[in-house]
Amino acid sequence: MFTLLGFVVIAVVLLGSAAFAVTRLNLIHAGLAFALTWLAVGAFYLWAGAEFVGLAQILVYVGAVSMVILFAVLLTQVRSAATSLPINLDDERRLGAGLITAGSAFGLLGAAILTGRPAAPAAPDRSLTAQELGTALMGPHVVALLVIGVLLTAVLIGAVLIAAPTDPEIVEDGP
Amino acid sequence: MNVGWLEACLLLSAALFCLGLATALARGNAIMVLVGVELMLNAANLNFIAFWRWGPQPDATTGPIFVLFALAVAAAEAAVGLALVVALHRHRRSVKLQEARTLRG
Repeated sequence: MFTLLGFVVIAVVLLGSAAFAVTRLNLIHAGLAFALTWLAVGAFYLWAGAEFVGLAQILVYVGAVSMVILFAVLLTQVRSAATSLPINLDDERRLGAGLITAGSAFGLLGAAILTGRPAAPAAPDRSLTAQELGTALMGPHVVALLVIGVLLTAVLIGAVLIAAPTDPEIVEDGP
Repeated sequence: MNVGWLEACLLLSAALFCLGLATALARGNAIMVLVGVELMLNAANLNFIAFWRWGPQPDATTGPIFVLFALAVAAAEAAVGLALVVALHRHRRSVKLQEARTLRG
C-alpha cells in the first residue's frame, strides 16, 4: 500500500514538474522545475531500493547539473528577450512536429510495454549495499572506472577551453 | 493484460522520455534542447533500475553500475554542451539554434 502510494506520488511529481518546466518561456523557472524533476528521479531510485544510485543522482543532477544550467541561463540571457520570446510560424510548425513525434513515440512505447511478454517474477526483496557496489566497481568494472576518470578530466579541460574567451582583450560587454 | 511494477515503471520512463523528446524537438533554445536530451538519458536510467529491481535476473548488479557510469557521462555531456552554448552566445549574441547555421566562428 505504501509502495503504491510512493510510486504514485513520485510519478506525479516527476511528470508534473517536467511538463511544467518544458512549457515555460522563462528559463530560470524552467531550470528550477527541472531540479525538482531530477530530485523526483532520485526519489524513484531510493524507492526502488538503489540507495547509492539515488543519492548520487541527487548530488550530480540536483546539486551540479541544475546549477550549471542556471549559470548558463544567466550568462546567455539577453535583457530585451529575457521573459517572452516571440513565437513565429516556424516555431509553431516545429512545436506541432515535436508534439506529434513525441505522442506517436509514446503510443508505440506504451503499446509495446503493455502487450509485451510478462517478465519472470523477480526476487521479492532486492537491494544493493554500497559494499557490493564498491566491490563490483573495483573488481570487474575497474577499467571503466579508470576510463571515466580520464574522461572527466578531459571534459573539464575541454569545457574551460571552449567557454573561455579566445582573445584576452575581448571583454564581454554586458547586455 | 495485468500491469505489474515493471510495466508501471517502464510506462513512467516512456512518458519522461517523450517529454524530453518533445522538448528537444520543439524548443528553439539551445539550453532547453540540452535539457531535453538530459531528460531522455534519465528515462533510460529509470529503465535500468526498473529492470534491475523487477527483472528476471537475480544477483545482477549491472543495472545500478550502468546507471552510475551513465550519470558521470551525462554530467560531462552537460558541462561540454553548456560551454558550447556559452561560446555560441559569445559569437552570435543568441542561443537560438535556428540562427546557428554556419560552421564559421
